[in-house]
Amino acid sequence: MNVDVLNRSGLHPAAQSKLAIADCDVHPRPAGAGIGGVSRSLYPYLSKRWQEHVETFGVRYRQPWEKGSAYPKGQPQACRRDAWPNGENPGSDLGFMAEQHLDPNNVALGILNPLTSGQGAQDGDLSAALTHATNEWQVAEWTSRDARLKASVVVPFEDGPTSARMIEARAGDANFAQVLLLTRTSEPLGQRRYWPIYQAAVEANLPIGIHAFGYGGSAMTSGGWPSFYIEEMVGHAQCQQAVLTSLIFEGVFERFPTLRVVLVEAGFAWAPAHAWRMDRQFAKLRREVPHLKRLPSEYMRSNVWFTTQPVEEPEPREHLADAIEWMGWDRVLFATDYPHWDFDDPAQALPIRMTETQRRQIFRDNATAVYGIA
Amino acid sequence: MPRPTTDSKPIDCDLHPTVPAMSALMPYLDEIWRETVVRRGIDELNTIAYPSNSPLTVRSDWRGAGEKPATTVERLGTEALDPFGTGTAICNCLYGVQATFSEDLGAAMARAVNDWIAREWLDRDPRLRASIVVPQQNAELAVAEIERCAADRRFVQVMLLVSGELPLGRRQNWPIYAAAERHSLTLGIHAGSTYRHPNTPVGWSSYYSEEYINQAGAFQTQLTSLITEGVFAKFPDLTVVLMESGVTWLPGYLWRLTKFWKGLRSEVPWVADPPATIVRERVRLTLQPFDGPPDSATISRFMEHMGSDELLLFSTDYPHWQFEGISAIPDGLDPGLARKIMVDNPLRTYARLKETVT
Repeated sequence: MNVDVLNRSGLHPAAQSKLAIADCDVHPRPAGAGIGGVSRSLYPYLSKRWQEHVETFGVRYRQPWEKGSAYPKGQPQACRRDAWPNGENPGSDLGFMAEQHLDPNNVALGILNPLTSGQGAQDGDLSAALTHATNEWQVAEWTSRDARLKASVVVPFEDGPTSARMIEARAGDANFAQVLLLTRTSEPLGQRRYWPIYQAAVEANLPIGIHAFGYGGSAMTSGGWPSFYIEEMVGHAQCQQAVLTSLIFEGVFERFPTLRVVLVEAGFAWAPAHAWRMDRQFAKLRREVPHLKRLPSEYMRSNVWFTTQPVEEPEPREHLADAIEWMGWDRVLFATDYPHWDFDDPAQALPIRMTETQRRQIFRDNATAVYGIA
Repeated sequence: MPRPTTDSKPIDCDLHPTVPAMSALMPYLDEIWRETVVRRGIDELNTIAYPSNSPLTVRSDWRGAGEKPATTVERLGTEALDPFGTGTAICNCLYGVQATFSEDLGAAMARAVNDWIAREWLDRDPRLRASIVVPQQNAELAVAEIERCAADRRFVQVMLLVSGELPLGRRQNWPIYAAAERHSLTLGIHAGSTYRHPNTPVGWSSYYSEEYINQAGAFQTQLTSLITEGVFAKFPDLTVVLMESGVTWLPGYLWRLTKFWKGLRSEVPWVADPPATIVRERVRLTLQPFDGPPDSATISRFMEHMGSDELLLFSTDYPHWQFEGISAIPDGLDPGLARKIMVDNPLRTYARLKETVT
């Protein structure tokens, strides 16, 4: 059967208003096929020892495949077919990205989230080497060449102290706007082994971005491994629900009240219902978690933000505005996910009626506030 | 045969008779299993899904003194049926038969639980119906138990726990769904786990609070599994009831699933209908715990997001603590919707209720 196309009449997309926007999820990727899963573009930032290692043993994650991700994507590298610069990896060419995305969409701030950075590699020392190289590469190839772009400090998150040192090393460095983690880690991210990361992020005044995906090793449902890529994609939301619950119930925001957490690429329409559910159960079970001094939803409202892409598209579309209203217009950050296949075009995304203030909040002002960038 | 009820009294679709002790099941175990539980010291099979003394597990005024809560048909009648004017109630016995690593032990315990339910509960109160408890460790053994119990029309449903060894849509489970469909039984999926995997999709949580909150996520992932694996296409007469699942996650979940179905349906071409259509025709959710917003105006607005007034089924979730007094229906629901939730929707959901309730 056919699917009705959303009726967009009477709407005023951001692009038409010439609003300079913030894109809180842009994916750069090193050029070149690479050997052992590591692009030669990273070699200038890798020691000879680790170059030889990846050429001999590759990068082994907690999943089956020597190359590629656990669930085959819907298309190569999960990318738009028009986003391959001269056949090179999508997201590998700054000029191409600027011409295709940053310039026409009037992106004034782009947050870089590299995903093939060695985060979650089984060998923790290799993970540290690769994430360090990725940080160096972001500065050399991207942020030093385009002031609109800001890098993420990618860290070997299963090793808290090493991650903390890598964050400290970037404190005060204007090339970096956040610390990047992935959703699926060894243990839920609220647990104490990860607290050195939060301590360092607070001290460096950097928000924590938690992006969908990861290689933690747990089945990605509490009932086992699903069969399909569509289940993985939908399931990012349930994974982030668990991460958010963990951060709140472990008391991370009691210990680090100024910590800012941005949940990236797992949707946001689930957030109000999840907040209601947490509050209702907390009312009955709070004796288990006496370290919480506020309602779970209050931590969400003060410490947590959500990026939009892939934005939910209910019919009628006004229901999406209800969801944002219930979570707060100051909680939502626009993102495109360029160059991935489910890219949200700022000229088309968020087909709901907004006041000019609300539009500016979602498309720019919330981001500049969270990332502390004027 | 059960007694037909002639009026439109509420139908409670989720309450929990509790096994008082292994000794209660002994008369219903074969000799070899009676000997086994004694010799090996298998004293009980309560799981950590509902710690006995947790406030959520038993509402304080239903806890009582002395005997274990919810263990007698008399108390269930006076505490869970009479106050609500309930005319029919579906018993879902939560006892960890699904979690034993031995499939044979699980099957023996499931047989005992079902026979105990029939003799000690259904025979003693004509208002009661029940779900067939099955050893979901093994589809072949589960089907055998369905076949053994199906002739008793007071069993109206087959019950699985939401988190098992394999995602529920996986084809290894399909014989269970074929048997349920063949016998006009709904498939009831209840909160709980066999603990084969960490209790959240990102690892083991520290706190019970997290585990219980994440039950809603477990239902979301398993509903995705049932839809994308094609269970609804393969079994066109099967109705699925999500029990103690929470309800407010459903609209936002469907928006996301629908978006990815549009983008990735080539991977699952047998999913021919939009997910929301499948859910509205084939999936129902019990009301408690109603994990809704605190104010009635937002509840009213939220109910519009549900997109249908046929999805919800009245439940008390007795003896779990989900509301106070008899306030099982949240404020903010209009009376017409409340009546549908209490009576009409359950009657339309359970084929076997239609035989005996008019």
